[in-house]
Amino acid sequence: MKQKQTKGFWLSILLAVVVYIVVQVLSSSSMLNKFYENTLYFICINIILAVSLHLIIGITGQFSIGHAGFLAVGAYASAIVTMKLHLPFSVALIAGGVVAAFAGLLIGIPSLRLKGDYLAIATLGFGEIIRITLLNIDYVGGASGMQVSHMTDWTTLFVCLLITLIVIVNFTNSTHGRACISVRENEIAADAMGINTTYYKVVAFAIGSFFAGVAGGLYAHNFYIIQPTNFGFLKSFDILIFVVLGGLGSMSGAVVSAILLTIISTFLQDYPETRMIIYSLVLVVMMIYRPQGLMGTKEITHFFTKKRNGVKGGKPDGKHTAA
Amino acid sequence: MEIVQQIINGISLGSIYALIALGYTMVYGIIKLINFAHGDVFMVGAFVGFYSITVMGLSFFPALLLAMTICAVFGVLIERIAYKPLRNATRIAALITAIGVSLFIEYGTIYVRGAQPEAYPADVLPSKSFEILGVTINSQSILILGVSVALMIILQFIVHKTKTGKAMRAVSYDAEAARLMGINVDNTISATFAIGSALAGAAGVIFGIYYVKIEPLMGIIPGLKAFVAAVLGGIGIIPGAMVGGLVLGVVESLVSAVGYSLWRDGVAFVVLILILIFKPSGLFGKNIREKV
Repeated sequence: MKQKQTKGFWLSILLAVVVYIVVQVLSSSSMLNKFYENTLYFICINIILAVSLHLIIGITGQFSIGHAGFLAVGAYASAIVTMKLHLPFSVALIAGGVVAAFAGLLIGIPSLRLKGDYLAIATLGFGEIIRITLLNIDYVGGASGMQVSHMTDWTTLFVCLLITLIVIVNFTNSTHGRACISVRENEIAADAMGINTTYYKVVAFAIGSFFAGVAGGLYAHNFYIIQPTNFGFLKSFDILIFVVLGGLGSMSGAVVSAILLTIISTFLQDYPETRMIIYSLVLVVMMIYRPQGLMGTKEITHFFTKKRNGVKGGKPDGKHTAA
Repeated sequence: MEIVQQIINGISLGSIYALIALGYTMVYGIIKLINFAHGDVFMVGAFVGFYSITVMGLSFFPALLLAMTICAVFGVLIERIAYKPLRNATRIAALITAIGVSLFIEYGTIYVRGAQPEAYPADVLPSKSFEILGVTINSQSILILGVSVALMIILQFIVHKTKTGKAMRAVSYDAEAARLMGINVDNTISATFAIGSALAGAAGVIFGIYYVKIEPLMGIIPGLKAFVAAVLGGIGIIPGAMVGGLVLGVVESLVSAVGYSLWRDGVAFVVLILILIFKPSGLFGKNIREKV
């Protein structure tokens, strides 16, 4: 059993390295034009965001709809590190993550007292407060935004994505991850079983926002300018839709829907209203007919190992119970 | 005198928040759903008012009534199409649906008529300024306040004196028991949506006249602030929503008055988070312990 898991792990790493090399070769031999390359970068950043939010909503069941706030904190923190302090990009990414994790702690701690839609609205409020604060700090350019040089390259992006996926998968499968799932399933019962629910909720917030911060750093250094308006709650909803569509509680679902929706929205870039109408209809129709999302709490790997249905928690009939 | 002036401005703004907050609080009280689309009903009301004044040439009160009627129908439609299938779903599913409906109304409006803002005509209501003890009061704000207060009194009457109101209170107390007592729960919920949406529509027209500029995305921020007002007063409690709205309006005006007008939008959320942390049941709410 243990051996089998390790084997799967190395297999996926090998697959990842192959993907990396293929893209690297394609882009260096300029067979991949700028447009596709940009879409690819966007996909990777969105996957990191989707997976980090998945940890908070899908695994721990804390309904946070202010994820763009963490993205903003990470983006600005890393931009300050590279543009104002002139430190290397890798330091900037870590700094972005750490600052965002602190912001996550800040939000996680009040969440001890809030749950369900109260938490949702509070996180939305936090996101807005962050945006308005950035709007009013002249050091980072206020409303006109901040110039950032382009530093995000394929290698950094890929390494960050890989680290995010590995950390979140391992966290989910660890004791801590199972504790988080128990919080999701029934907080009161988990508490009664001796799980420190507060601790796990805060940890989930901190880890999730750390990776959102890293994604923010990558995001900032992929464009030439960052503005507070980029991080409004529409951005939060974008990220939320990745998680909801993929399935609350399924990491591979979040990844798949992040890839799918990024491609769709890239092609709908010239019709922003149409894109938002499609997004909103997807949300409503999804919630009415398949509230557990495309994948439910299943992972892609579950389709290959037929038995052991629902190891990730959830009811035996496969019905999702997240949130 | 500056402070008094700001408080008066705040009350005008606050009465708009209060009108929207009433819809939030009623819907939350009855089906425990944060109706994100409520702010967009407010926007629709503003646009119906605008078109009925400019295109159909109606005066203020007919336009107000028309906006309220259309919004009431619209609110019921939203409830029937999007929320009714989710009566027994998890609350998060309902919340996500509400977000979806909200985005759909916003971008649907942009799709239909474009994103450009419109300006309410200036001559809808006579605008005269009075000077009382050094404080300037506009006749518009008096009328706005008057209309808001009148609507709130009508609402109190409906909720406490009519059969529908009684049914609404019964359903919000215990929907299952109400159903057993022969109350048509679905109709009562629709009635709640109709009344709440009508109030939001009225708030939209009033907002348009007071602040002139309207646009398809105008509902988001006032909608969220109205929700904050509802939470501030204790969600599900009608007088709480009114007081919460007024308090929020005054606080915002005072923040602008002391020179932090850029932070105005943030203040509402700071108030929200402080309330949620220190008194989640709101100013008027009682503490209820959660049962297992």
